[in-house]
Amino acid sequence: MWLFLLTEVMFFGGLFTVYMIYRNWYYPAFVAGSHQLSIPMGGLNSVLLITSSFTMALAVWFAEARKKSALVLCLILTFVLGVVFLGIKGLEYKEKFEKHHFPGTHYSLQSFINPASDPVAVAAGDKALPQDTAQRTELFFSLYFAMTGMHAMHMIVGMGILAFMIFRARAGAYTAGHTQFVEYFGYYWHFVDIVWIFLFPLLYLINRH
Amino acid sequence: MSQISPVLWQFLVKWLTNFALFPPEASKIAPQMDALYFFIVLVSLIGLTIVVLLVASFSILYNKERHPNAVQIEGSTLLEATWTIIPLGLFLVMFVWGALIYFRVFTPPANAMNIYVVGKQWMWKAEHEGGQHEINSLHVPTGRAVQLTLISQDVFHSFSVPAFRVKREVIPGRYTTVWFEATVPGTYHLFCSQYCGTSHSQMIGDVVVMSPEDFKKWLASSTSGASLAQDGERLFASLSCAACHNTRPDARGPSLAGVYGSKLTLATGQAVTADDAYLREAILNPSQHITQGYAPIMPTYQGQVSEEGVIALVEYIKHLDSDYRVQQTTTTTDLLPESEGHAAPAGQQTVTQPPTTKGKVNP
Amino acid sequence: MSSTIVSLPDQSTARIPKDNYLTRENGILSWLLTRDHKRIGILYLISMTFFFFIGGALAGLIRLELLTPQSDLMAADTYNKVFTMHGVIMIFFFLVPSVPGALGNFFLPMMIGAKDLALPKMNLASWYLYMAGGLLALWAMITGGVDTGWTFTTPLSTHYVNTNVITTGLAIFIAGFSSIFTGLNFIVTIHKMRAPGMTWFRMPLFVWANYAASILMVLGTPVLAIAIVLVALERTFGIGVFDPTKGGDPLLFQHLFWFYSHPAVYIMILPGMGVISEVISTFSRKRVFGYTAVAFSSVAIAVFGFFVWAHHMFIMGISNYAVLVFSLLTMLVAVPSAIKIFNWAFTLYKGSITFETPMLYAFGFMGLFTIGGMTGVFLGVSGTDIHLTETYFIVAHFHFVMVGGMLMAFLAGIHFWWPKMTGRMYPEKISQLAAVVTFIGFNLTFFPQFILGTLGMPRRYASYPPEFQILNVFSTAGATILGVGYLLPVLYLVWSLKYGKIAGNNPWQATGLEWQTQSPPLTENFATPPIMDHEAYDYEWLENQKEKEVASVR
Repeated sequence: MWLFLLTEVMFFGGLFTVYMIYRNWYYPAFVAGSHQLSIPMGGLNSVLLITSSFTMALAVWFAEARKKSALVLCLILTFVLGVVFLGIKGLEYKEKFEKHHFPGTHYSLQSFINPASDPVAVAAGDKALPQDTAQRTELFFSLYFAMTGMHAMHMIVGMGILAFMIFRARAGAYTAGHTQFVEYFGYYWHFVDIVWIFLFPLLYLINRH
Repeated sequence: MSQISPVLWQFLVKWLTNFALFPPEASKIAPQMDALYFFIVLVSLIGLTIVVLLVASFSILYNKERHPNAVQIEGSTLLEATWTIIPLGLFLVMFVWGALIYFRVFTPPANAMNIYVVGKQWMWKAEHEGGQHEINSLHVPTGRAVQLTLISQDVFHSFSVPAFRVKREVIPGRYTTVWFEATVPGTYHLFCSQYCGTSHSQMIGDVVVMSPEDFKKWLASSTSGASLAQDGERLFASLSCAACHNTRPDARGPSLAGVYGSKLTLATGQAVTADDAYLREAILNPSQHITQGYAPIMPTYQGQVSEEGVIALVEYIKHLDSDYRVQQTTTTTDLLPESEGHAAPAGQQTVTQPPTTKGKVNP
Repeated sequence: MSSTIVSLPDQSTARIPKDNYLTRENGILSWLLTRDHKRIGILYLISMTFFFFIGGALAGLIRLELLTPQSDLMAADTYNKVFTMHGVIMIFFFLVPSVPGALGNFFLPMMIGAKDLALPKMNLASWYLYMAGGLLALWAMITGGVDTGWTFTTPLSTHYVNTNVITTGLAIFIAGFSSIFTGLNFIVTIHKMRAPGMTWFRMPLFVWANYAASILMVLGTPVLAIAIVLVALERTFGIGVFDPTKGGDPLLFQHLFWFYSHPAVYIMILPGMGVISEVISTFSRKRVFGYTAVAFSSVAIAVFGFFVWAHHMFIMGISNYAVLVFSLLTMLVAVPSAIKIFNWAFTLYKGSITFETPMLYAFGFMGLFTIGGMTGVFLGVSGTDIHLTETYFIVAHFHFVMVGGMLMAFLAGIHFWWPKMTGRMYPEKISQLAAVVTFIGFNLTFFPQFILGTLGMPRRYASYPPEFQILNVFSTAGATILGVGYLLPVLYLVWSLKYGKIAGNNPWQATGLEWQTQSPPLTENFATPPIMDHEAYDYEWLENQKEKEVASVR
């Protein structure tokens, strides 16, 4: 599992490298893009995910302690927290679609060349950006969707496995001494959490006061 | 190495060239690169011979019939050291030699004649400063350093002239440069050597090397009537650049007289040299290249001007060696701020000729 | 005194052992759902042979087109698709999985005395992913093809072609997972499942080589995955990461792509080098000269291999100083390969050498890989790279190391281990003939391409100036001979399954643990778990064993 996580580090590492390069080149555009993200939602998601890591760790503990009902409860809690996380993410994505901040043919520069038209930009105190800088915000959002999208996909896979584990746990599969599956999944889940812990400040917290 | 035995060298290269086993040497750097090439060939041959001899002789001496009992040998640190250090040493020699040549090929001399080349699917467009435009061919004189400033209009291409031993990737979005000095008149192949789509194999042409006199004749007979700088001036006018970039004290943009090659401080505090790449970026992504002391109001011209247009503008700016020159543009093309909104009719151009030699750029 | 070490049991009484991994279970499902690493190895072998011949047919088409200077055999777009698919299939669906998938899977556990890999179900999943990727790639080919070149250079691949880029990218992405899982499996197995007494430095060098390749598979492949994902996103949504008009940088793709694709070439060659170690040792009856040096050089190649990727980008406009760094590191990575060649050569010294087919392929490897490796130096030296890059010199270079090197090593391994995998010997004379034909055909095909490259003929050209024709004709003629050389083994190996001589446990009198058990092996590999109480390549130990050996037929 550690080896597999190493491959995941390389995978996300590639994305992070791309992000860091473009953020370095187009800092003002990235600031404006970042201001469009909702800190309350992102922050809540971070809390949710960290809590889910806690419940996952508890699950591993209970598996080793052979406490079946506690184990199942913790797994269910982890799953539920994951669902809420994805739900909030879905809301964020929906908002981005509606504001035409999804990269592609419908991408709109309005919020950046005319911040007065966008209450979020006004609240963040953004100044109007020139046309070509504003266009770089599309790159920010591309990376935002690529990185959080990849992360969400990893979460969805994780939750699929969690669902499987809940059924198996109820049948007593992990409380008879064979805790390896739960333990290894725990590593995977913690990894997904750690990726988010890096994503959140990098994407949401650029130049906030 | 060609100094060691010019006769032997001539013999080697001519013989190989005549048998179509080796490209002709038509530039100053070619013999230097070939010397390194043949050195590596020699080392490779020696290495291969050693390996083959070892394998063959051991196979004969120690084949089962002759040597039925193998002697178990662990190894030999001395031998390991030998065949680590000697190859490493040879490779390092090649590395240093090659690096010197590489730097030479990609560091153009200051007095090089500049030709712009735009690559696009699937042709080459060469633009001489004097306004000669070529498609799929490039005329150059002998005895003169020629620098090529290359850019692609679409995908990656690669400008390759085997006879000169130079090759450079031609990339969308930024200039790349390479230089050479042709030595032997003749016609040589020009290839695109980076796969670029359907007609990649057809993106070929001729490099025609001429003696300086013939080249002058060719220049005179092939000019389109306006030099690149004049084209640029026309474009400058039609895009209303002088509305901000003029010499008036309250101008909204910096005067471009003498800006080429000078050191600028940007609004971010960064210091840059205003070379070709900078000028191109400043036209296409101005908000990241605002000179200190000016407001970021220059609009981007991305999408409004082609790469050839940018080249013409850059050429024009390169030749703006004085405020007087700037004023000529603004007055004759009628583009002072008062007359904003009344763009000069297209086709109007100044009367003066740009300097035929590369003008002084710093006042 | 015979000039061969082949030692077969008495053919009049010998039989294939009744209970072996091939006969233990029957039926197609027992193969498709097997956990047995040996059966999975055979599955890989059959499927990769299939892909190899498709890739080979495409190569034949390329050489046919290049017989004439004009682009007259097929449309330019078709030619572009042909060479792209040739590259994609050969690299991702043949070379990368070849030795690890077929021979590594089969023999790694046996060589370290284990009864299977650490994660047998993951091993099966690996094969299915490989098949899924391969079939998807074929589907992409049939439904229109891809014409970006196997290197998917942006912005051509993202904005300028209408072909099945994403499908092919997805196929490679899936196959990449196959590679990652295989690498993971190997690393865990080597760390956790060695038999008692099997210390790191008693392992056969084949295991070391696969270990080093597995590290590369695990660390490098994900970066290719992300590069493919970004290309797919760019094509679908126009996100702009590689588009200069949106602020992106097409050169970034080059960095991401080559960061995997350079280690990929070492993934391809290292297992082949492992095979050569085994073969040369066996057919000179000697331990490999400088075992430790060869083992460490495998790891050194893996490590250094990660730091040289930009030598594919010397003329792309990267800074001169970056060029210096990468050129220097490339010189360093060349050294361990040289070390191996000399160690193998000196393994022959005072040995007792015979020239069975695997040894012939190994000799071919040594000569051709040396040429291929030295021509790599031409390209790693920045000065000469300017003239030679993106020409047929590069094509010749990588075919020398991949085909003259890796494919020869693969064939050496197949011939070496065929008796163990099937219990049968192949006919010796015809196999030696095939090896020689392959060697001659190979040289005739690819050596002229060095000259073409120096003359300046660019790669991926369907048409070329007429003065290049004669060398191209030589090359195509050689390709025909090479094709025969590759076809022959398929024919006689399949023939040998029914009519070959019975091989017995150890026809080559080799020292590896895999040779100390029956051919074909039991499903659980060893009747009793072995204990490793001797050094690797210990021919004296083998002598003692032979005295105690009883040919067992069950």
